[in-house]
Amino acid sequence: MEALKDKLESSFLVFENELNGEAEGTLHARRREAFQRFVEMGFPTKRHEEWKYTNLKPILKHDYRVFVNDEQTVDFSSIKKYFLNDVDTYKLVFIDGYYSSWLSETTHSDFDICTFSNMLTKYKDVGEKYFNKALPEDEALAAVNTAFAKEGAFIRIKRGKTVDKPVEVIFITTDHGVETMAQPRNLVVVEENAEVSILERHQSLSEKEVLTNTATEIFALRDSRVNYYKIQNDAPTASLIDSTSVRQYRNSNVTVGTYSFGGKFTRNNLNFFLEEEHTESHLDGITVIDGKQTVDHHTLVDHKVPNCYSDEMYKGIYDESAHGVFNGKVMVHPHAQKTNAFQQNNNILLTDKSSIDTKPQLEIYADDVQCSHGCTIGQLNEDALFYLKTRGIPEKEGKALLLYAFANDGLRNVKIPVLRKKLNRLIAKKLNVNLDFEL
Amino acid sequence: MLKINNLQAGIEGKQILKGIDLEVKPGEVHAIMGPNGSGKSTLSSVIAGREDYEVSAGNIDFEGEDLLDLDADERAHKGIFLSFQYPVEIPGVTVTNFIKTAINETRKARGEEPMPANIMLKKMREKMGLLEIDNTFLSRSLNEGFSGGEKKRNEIFQMAMLEPKLAILDETDSGLDIDALRIVANGVNKLKSKDNAIIVITHYQRLLDYIVPDFVHVLHKGKIVKSGDKNLAMELEERGYDWLKEGVEA
Repeated sequence: MEALKDKLESSFLVFENELNGEAEGTLHARRREAFQRFVEMGFPTKRHEEWKYTNLKPILKHDYRVFVNDEQTVDFSSIKKYFLNDVDTYKLVFIDGYYSSWLSETTHSDFDICTFSNMLTKYKDVGEKYFNKALPEDEALAAVNTAFAKEGAFIRIKRGKTVDKPVEVIFITTDHGVETMAQPRNLVVVEENAEVSILERHQSLSEKEVLTNTATEIFALRDSRVNYYKIQNDAPTASLIDSTSVRQYRNSNVTVGTYSFGGKFTRNNLNFFLEEEHTESHLDGITVIDGKQTVDHHTLVDHKVPNCYSDEMYKGIYDESAHGVFNGKVMVHPHAQKTNAFQQNNNILLTDKSSIDTKPQLEIYADDVQCSHGCTIGQLNEDALFYLKTRGIPEKEGKALLLYAFANDGLRNVKIPVLRKKLNRLIAKKLNVNLDFEL
Repeated sequence: MLKINNLQAGIEGKQILKGIDLEVKPGEVHAIMGPNGSGKSTLSSVIAGREDYEVSAGNIDFEGEDLLDLDADERAHKGIFLSFQYPVEIPGVTVTNFIKTAINETRKARGEEPMPANIMLKKMREKMGLLEIDNTFLSRSLNEGFSGGEKKRNEIFQMAMLEPKLAILDETDSGLDIDALRIVANGVNKLKSKDNAIIVITHYQRLLDYIVPDFVHVLHKGKIVKSGDKNLAMELEERGYDWLKEGVEA
C-alpha cells in the first residue's frame, strides 16, 4: 500500500509537469487540494469504520502502472458484446484512458455528450461550477481520482431537453503485459426539466491485474430525471472502486442501479445529497457473485431538507466463497420533516462458505418522518424447489428461477427494455442456466 | 403402469409406510382414503420424489423403471404429476413463466424442441377455459395471495398443461366450496383418458361423487387395510374409519 502511495505521489508530479499552462488554473487547484488530502489521509485500512468489512491491502499491493502510454487500438467486434446492441445509443468509449472517437458516437446539438477533457478546455465555466463539488472530501480513493482527473465522460443535458436514446459509457483496459491502474472521471449535469439515461461499464481485456478507481459526479437540477445504470461484470483479475455522488435539486428524480456480477473485488461508494425539497431517489442493486469475489456496497442518502423521498433496494446472491457487504446509511437531518426513506437489503447465501456483512444505519433527527429498513439473510426455499421439480424443472433451473424471482425487484427501475433483457441474460449466465426469465 | 411393492418409508427415523402394495393400470382411477396420519400424504410425496423421506424397503415400478432411482424432476419428465395439498407460494415467478419453463424443460428432457409461443398461448387459453380461470391469472405470481380455490384450480391447470400419465391429487378437495370443487372435478374428468391414470387422495367421500373411482383403498397406520370399489367409500362415509382401525389393531 505504501509503495502504491509513493508511486502515486511521484506520478502526480509528472502529471503536473505535463499539464503546462493548465496547472495554473483553478480546476487544477482542486486536483492539487484533493491530492494533498489523500497524502494526509493515506489509503483506508480495516481500522476505518467505512472499511471494516473489506481489506484493500491485497488489491493495493500490486505494482500498478499509473499511466499507460502505449496506446492500443481495439476492434469493435472484440468489444461488441459489452454494448447494448439491438438499440441505437450514444457511445463514449475509452481505451486505456484515451477517448476513442472511432468507437464513439457523440453529439453537441441539444446536449453535450462528449469527454471530460473536452469539458476542461471548452466548458471551463461548467468545470468551475461542478468539478469535484459533489464528492465528499473524506474519501481517499475519490480524492486520488480527483487528483488525476483528466478523462472520462462529460454529459450535459440542456434545460428542457430529453435525450432521444440511451448513453453508453464504456472504459476498456487492454493487455499491456503489466498490472495497470485506470482512473476515469465522469461529470453529468442534467439541467432543469431535462432527462437522460446512462449506462456505464468498465471492462478489462487484460489477464494481468487491473484496478479501476473511478469517480462520477451527477448533478440533477430542478425537475430533471436521471437514470444511471452500472453493469459490473469485469474479468476475474479486475477490481473496481467506484465513487459516485449525486446532488439533487427540487423535484428531481434520480435512479442509480448497480448490477454486479463479475470482477475480483468491487467497492461501490454511492452518495445521494438531497439539496432541495420534493426530490425522489431510487438506489437499486443486484449482486450475484461466486468464487472468491467480493462486492461491497456503501450507500448514503443524506436527507438535508424536508419532503424528500428515497427508496433503496439491494438484493444479493452469494455462492461458493463469495463475500458481500451492504452498508446503507440514511441520514435525516433535524429539520428534514416529512421525509420518506425506505431501505431494503435481502441476501441469499448458497453455501456455508459464502458470507454477507449487512449494516443498515438509520440516523434520524427529525420526528415527523416515515422511515423503514429491513434486512434479511436466508437460504433457498427447499419446498419451493421441490414444487418446481415435481413440474419437471430440474434443480439447477429451479434454483435459478427462484433466485431470479428473489432478485428481480432490483430491476424495477430499469426503464430501457434491451438493458433489462441484457441484465436478465447476465443473471441467467451467472446462474449457469439458459432460461428466459421474463416473457 | 404403476406397481408399488412392499413400500416402506419414513422421515427422520420414524417409519410411516409399513409395506404398501398397489397396482394402477392406464385408464383407472384409484382413491386412497384414510384417517389423518395414516400415511396418505407420505405416499404421494414418496411417489413424487420428495427427498426428505427415506425409503427403507420395496420399490415403485413405473412403466418398467424403478422410480426410486430418479429425481423428482426426472419423474415429472416420465409423466408423474403431484397436485399439492398446500401448493407453495413463489413470489416473483409468474404463472405463465412457470408453466412455460416447466413445459419446455420437460420437452428438453424428452429430446423435443421448445413449444412455440403461439401454440403454448393457445393451449393455455383452452385449459383456462376448462377451469374457468380468467386472463389476469397468468401474470400473477405463482400462488401468491391465491385463495384456496384458486390454488387448487392452478394445480389442475398445471396438470392440464403438462398432460401427465399418472396424476396424484393430494387432498385436492380440502377447503374447497362446492362450486370450486365442481369446477376442479370437472376439469379432472375432462383430462381423464384410457391412457392416463389418476390417484385421488382424500379424507372424505365428497370428491368421489364427482371423480368416480374404479378402486378405493383404505390406508391406516401405513398399510392398505382394505380395498374395494366405490361402494367402500360410501360405507366409510357412513360408518367412519373406526371399524377398520379395530380390525388392524386386534
